[in-house]
Amino acid sequence: MPELKYLIFLGCVIPYRIASYEISTRKVLEKLGVELVEMPEFNCCGFPMDPVNHETMLTLAARNLCLAEQQNLPIMTLCNGCFGILNHVNKDLKEDKKLKERVNGYLKEIGMEFKGTTTVKHLVHVLAEDVGFEKIKESIQKPLNQLRVAQHSGCHIVRPAKYIDSEDPENPTILKNLIKATGAQCLDYMDETECCGNPIIGVNPNIPLLLAGEKLNHIRVVGAQAMITVCPFCHMMYDLNQPRIERALNEKFGIPVLHYTQLLGLAMDIDPEELAIKDLRVDASKLLNLL
Amino acid sequence: MSEKKQTVLEEKRKVLRITDMDPKFKYEISKIPGAEKIMLCFQCGSCTADCPIARFTDSYRPRKLMRMTHLGLKERLLPSDVIWLCSTCFTCIDHCPQGVEVASIVRALRNLAVKEGYMPSVYKDLSSSIRETGYAYKIPELRLRKRGELGLPPLPKANIESIVKIFDITGFSKTVEEETT
Repeated sequence: MPELKYLIFLGCVIPYRIASYEISTRKVLEKLGVELVEMPEFNCCGFPMDPVNHETMLTLAARNLCLAEQQNLPIMTLCNGCFGILNHVNKDLKEDKKLKERVNGYLKEIGMEFKGTTTVKHLVHVLAEDVGFEKIKESIQKPLNQLRVAQHSGCHIVRPAKYIDSEDPENPTILKNLIKATGAQCLDYMDETECCGNPIIGVNPNIPLLLAGEKLNHIRVVGAQAMITVCPFCHMMYDLNQPRIERALNEKFGIPVLHYTQLLGLAMDIDPEELAIKDLRVDASKLLNLL
Repeated sequence: MSEKKQTVLEEKRKVLRITDMDPKFKYEISKIPGAEKIMLCFQCGSCTADCPIARFTDSYRPRKLMRMTHLGLKERLLPSDVIWLCSTCFTCIDHCPQGVEVASIVRALRNLAVKEGYMPSVYKDLSSSIRETGYAYKIPELRLRKRGELGLPPLPKANIESIVKIFDITGFSKTVEEETT
């Protein structure tokens, strides 16, 4: 069994808006015996810079990777965007000598060098591959057999396929299996793999609201009582923006959106207060009453 | 007639003139990392068919962006708002039968647009926040202090000197300066 010790890469969205994800993650990982080491210092993963300057993105990402190399630990991200960028840049720099040379040229100016000694994982990989389903199932005190939920994996832990080792992009199963481990039923629905749309909300709010509204509709049709996410960006779209979606579509959803770690925490019988369930924009008290 | 229909019709009426085309543009694009395979696009339309954004707007058509790139319609592409509508879900990359990284080509077009002075304000905010704080958002002091009350470890201060240096050496500072002058 691998040593369960990771550098936690928080990224920007979580400390900015989504503390509930961080709080619940730290709680459940502690119970599972996962040791988290804080990044002594880091910067934005680079994702928001890719559209404006690819080279800046590469160097910001590579700088984070170098900081992890100095700690001699693998990175664990909670955000799909951070995972997508850091994993992609890490793999490209390891495989493409010319690229590595160019980026190391930039890094030299800030006294750093990419060596290629770290790995990048998302929380779901740590849970499913390193902690393992057996251990997760052992930690369950209160199986959520009465719950029917729908998952939204998001994009960057699934696509592009060439950077993802462990998932079929057309039929991702990691999050589904993690949900099933809590005892909850995970419902299939139409267009499961589709994007939340949040990355373009600052450019055109209308399209993402319609896109996200369609997904909420699809999961409501199959009778899901909640949506489960593993990305702060997706979570923002469906939870924080749900009132906006409701206004845009002139429809009422009221579907609670939980971080997977909150769902797992409930199954571990951790007090909902400690999992920051109250921080959710969409009221989840009806859901808690079902438990 | 609705305003939207009017603009669509006007767009259709635009005649394509040979003088509007820059035959070297596709070569310029193909040198950008990720955009190398632009020439392999045979216009099948899988990207558009599978694009979640294209289902909710008539204006975003990745296949059309690839064709416009082939034709060298640089002057229409770079100032256009349309290239900023890709939500980077990467479905087009996985579904392209020719292995063209469509989303990476859209990113290459965006990078060029920014160099020409077309940067949406949201990206100006994000990049200035990264340059000043290391993080994509300016996280309020109050929220940083609240982390302690919530039992969370403090968020480390980013090394701004290194961030500014990265912006300088990768040429982004220059773009921003030209933008503001």
